[in-house]
Amino acid sequence: MAEHQDHAGDHGQAFYVKIWAILLVLLILSVLGPIIAPHVAFGFLEAWMITLMTAFGIALVKAYLVAANFMHLNVEKKYISYLLATMLMLMLLFFAGTAPDVMEHKGQNWENVAAAAEVERALEAEGKDPHGEHAEGHDDAAH
Amino acid sequence: MSTTRPIATTRSATGIPTGKLAVWWVIGSEIVIFGGLLASYVMHRLGHPEWAEYASHTNTWFGATNTFVLLTSSLFAVLAHHAAEQGDGKKAAKWLLGTCAGGLVFICVKAVEWTGEIQHGYTITANGFWHFYYTAAGLHGLHVIAGCIIMLIIANDARKGKELHRVELIGIYWHFVDIIWIFLFPLLYIAK
Amino acid sequence: MAEAGTAETHGAHAHDAHHEQGFWSKYIFSTDHKMIAMQYMFTGIVMALIGGYMSYAFRMQLAFPGQSVPGYGLVSQGEYNALVTNHGTIMIFWVAMPMLIAAFGNYLIPLMIGADDMVFPRINRLSYQIFLVSALVLIGSLFVPGGGFGGAWTAYPPLSSSAEYSLTPLGSTLWLVAVALEFVAFLLGGINFITTLMNARAPGMKMYDIPMVLWMIVVASVLFMASVGPLIAGAVMLFMDQVVGTGYFDPGRGGDPILWQHLFWFFGHPEVYVVFLPAIGIVAEIICTFSRKKLFNYKLILYTVFATAIISFFVWAHHQFVAGIDPRMANVFTITTLIISIPIAEMIFLYIATLYGGSIRLTTPMLWALAFIAEFMIGGITGIFLGASGSDIYFHDTYFVLAHFHYTFFPIAIIGFLAGITYWFPKMFGRMMNETLGKIHFWGTIAAFNSIFIPLFILGTAGQHRRIYNYQNFPDLADMQGLRVFATTALLVMLAFQAVFLFNFFYSMFKGKPAGKNPWKANTLEWTTTSPPPHGNWAELPNCYRGPYEYSVPGREEDYWPQDVPPDTAPAE
Repeated sequence: MAEHQDHAGDHGQAFYVKIWAILLVLLILSVLGPIIAPHVAFGFLEAWMITLMTAFGIALVKAYLVAANFMHLNVEKKYISYLLATMLMLMLLFFAGTAPDVMEHKGQNWENVAAAAEVERALEAEGKDPHGEHAEGHDDAAH
Repeated sequence: MSTTRPIATTRSATGIPTGKLAVWWVIGSEIVIFGGLLASYVMHRLGHPEWAEYASHTNTWFGATNTFVLLTSSLFAVLAHHAAEQGDGKKAAKWLLGTCAGGLVFICVKAVEWTGEIQHGYTITANGFWHFYYTAAGLHGLHVIAGCIIMLIIANDARKGKELHRVELIGIYWHFVDIIWIFLFPLLYIAK
Repeated sequence: MAEAGTAETHGAHAHDAHHEQGFWSKYIFSTDHKMIAMQYMFTGIVMALIGGYMSYAFRMQLAFPGQSVPGYGLVSQGEYNALVTNHGTIMIFWVAMPMLIAAFGNYLIPLMIGADDMVFPRINRLSYQIFLVSALVLIGSLFVPGGGFGGAWTAYPPLSSSAEYSLTPLGSTLWLVAVALEFVAFLLGGINFITTLMNARAPGMKMYDIPMVLWMIVVASVLFMASVGPLIAGAVMLFMDQVVGTGYFDPGRGGDPILWQHLFWFFGHPEVYVVFLPAIGIVAEIICTFSRKKLFNYKLILYTVFATAIISFFVWAHHQFVAGIDPRMANVFTITTLIISIPIAEMIFLYIATLYGGSIRLTTPMLWALAFIAEFMIGGITGIFLGASGSDIYFHDTYFVLAHFHYTFFPIAIIGFLAGITYWFPKMFGRMMNETLGKIHFWGTIAAFNSIFIPLFILGTAGQHRRIYNYQNFPDLADMQGLRVFATTALLVMLAFQAVFLFNFFYSMFKGKPAGKNPWKANTLEWTTTSPPPHGNWAELPNCYRGPYEYSVPGREEDYWPQDVPPDTAPAE
């Protein structure tokens, strides 16, 4: 992780290049994640969990590094960070309020027949496909 | 349009320069635009197990290349800001041109990638996943293009040593566009 | 506080104040915030007249179905839908928003904080120009082949997403483009407002010295900015559905129509408060000035504003109780909806406490301000029936809903605007409006307004649904035609009374009594410059020494104490 210095003016070019190098290492890790996941999976730690961590966990770290060091949020007034965090929270709120209706296809006394039928139809159509639902381990698309 | 800047613009009751404060608010409003789109995508993705198969046809290497390109251009943008802080407009302009070139490469990679996908029949109307794939990446691409155009204007000013504070502003915007891509990459390419 | 200091004089840009400007640069391409405010206001008034004309056409159709409407002609079914849809769209997005936020925001923010302009004058101009284009696109959408969009202002898919159902392939796309452009315009404007208030305040103006109306306009801008994002994303998706042929809102293709409703109302409900807050902020200024009292508990009012703003993000799905959302979520949204009435009620109580014991002067702006409180209360109280999911199942989509939101939006958009314009008219044009004509207009409008919508409450409770072309086809509702005719007649009366206002407005603009700097003896900074203010607003920008509501301070001869008067000196004049 980057060391925290007090002022943006103290950062030299070398510092920025270092952050960039860390970002690249993280990028490589996130690309390799789905490839190596099946090999390191053991016990409760399944391959999809590792992929999830390498994909989205690393994305969060990368976003933090860019925001803190390149956008200089770490030396900006605190309320700017609060402002941006509030906007993100609003999106969580939107997700929380909407997902029960859109992500689910049935609930208390209701059922989204059309959407459920489409899921079933598509899954059936894919049954013939060699990729099936196990595409997680594939590093590359067929095309 | 040679209006003099009003006194209001030079005031700073918050301690943050006016332009920078406005850029933060722009980014705040962009977060909710992309947030709305990506939240919609995620809830569909989780509700539709069949999309995993559709997503497997995206090419991770194109995505990774573009991530690399954007990260590097972000580095150039912050180096431009560094140069501008030291009052070196010419150097700042050079770094900005480098950033712009990154944006251009990004768009070119996208063009090649999309051409291949469309030729294989994965058009925007193919199914829900591809709707979101093209819309989200397209909206992001528009931001890249807009950023490049603004950056060229600012680089031209910076070259003459004018409006150097704007180098930082376009940089902040560019890093934000970079961050959006950092999230689009796993959402559209890695999660399969 | 990093201030630029008191050394700021107008000398820095004196040249463009005295520079003779041509017609185009003065009226059309001006970057002066006052001129841009005027542009917004006049565009808003024109759009209000168009929206009013639309309501005239479809109300006539309802009262006298199938007969040719004088001044319009025969209203066909498709035209009826387009009229209803565009009446709603225009009144909310092209009347309430530009007049309350953009016009008053542009006019008041720099003047009330003692600045010479907005911080980004050219972005301000761009914002208006985009807004104007959006208005033209919307009006144009009514005249394209196939007719204007008729799928209601909420634009629910599939009616909005597929020309197969809406039958208006071009009209609905142009409608959507117009709305999206309008959002872009207000995003630019809103960022300008927020930044200006945060950064460009006069030296000495602390957070709690800011006039309440500015707080409310800026909180409204923040609300707008934070809520409109998902709808912009949704508009992009809907546009793709219409033009490219995607299926975002088609469950048969993996999409979901409910998603649009969530995207829309996530914006749509905060939007109510986006227009409500500036209106009630205007009311705050007026009741302080005309009751000669300090605003009762400034900070508490401010907290109710914040509470309203925050809770407004948690209530959106109460518009969707019958749309097929999960009943468990409906419970949550019922509770949050009832909770939001608490800060608003608190705010109203504080206003009434401000009036209590004041020396009230019933001028025209004061009448409008009091009417705002009274009429909005009716709107708020009828909202409780709709916020509770149980009763909403019966009331949903009836005329009860329609009457309810007209009792909120009419006070906001029309009464709030008229309160503001009658109060700041002397500042804007340097002349007083005629009080007698103002009062005639007031009583005519208020009486007619209530006569329009109280019958509609009755029709709604009787089960009359909205958006129906001809109620004669419904045997259960046909015998209530008398109420519909009554409401339509009241509408005609109300529209007729607006002629009084327009006459008063334009007559006073040129022939009114000269107003002088401070006709109402108010405290806030805009009254310390000449009326109308020059380009740059002040020869020397003022400093701020106290809060905006120092009325009837004990021990002072004058009952007001302007913000720019240094302490321990005799009051000006």
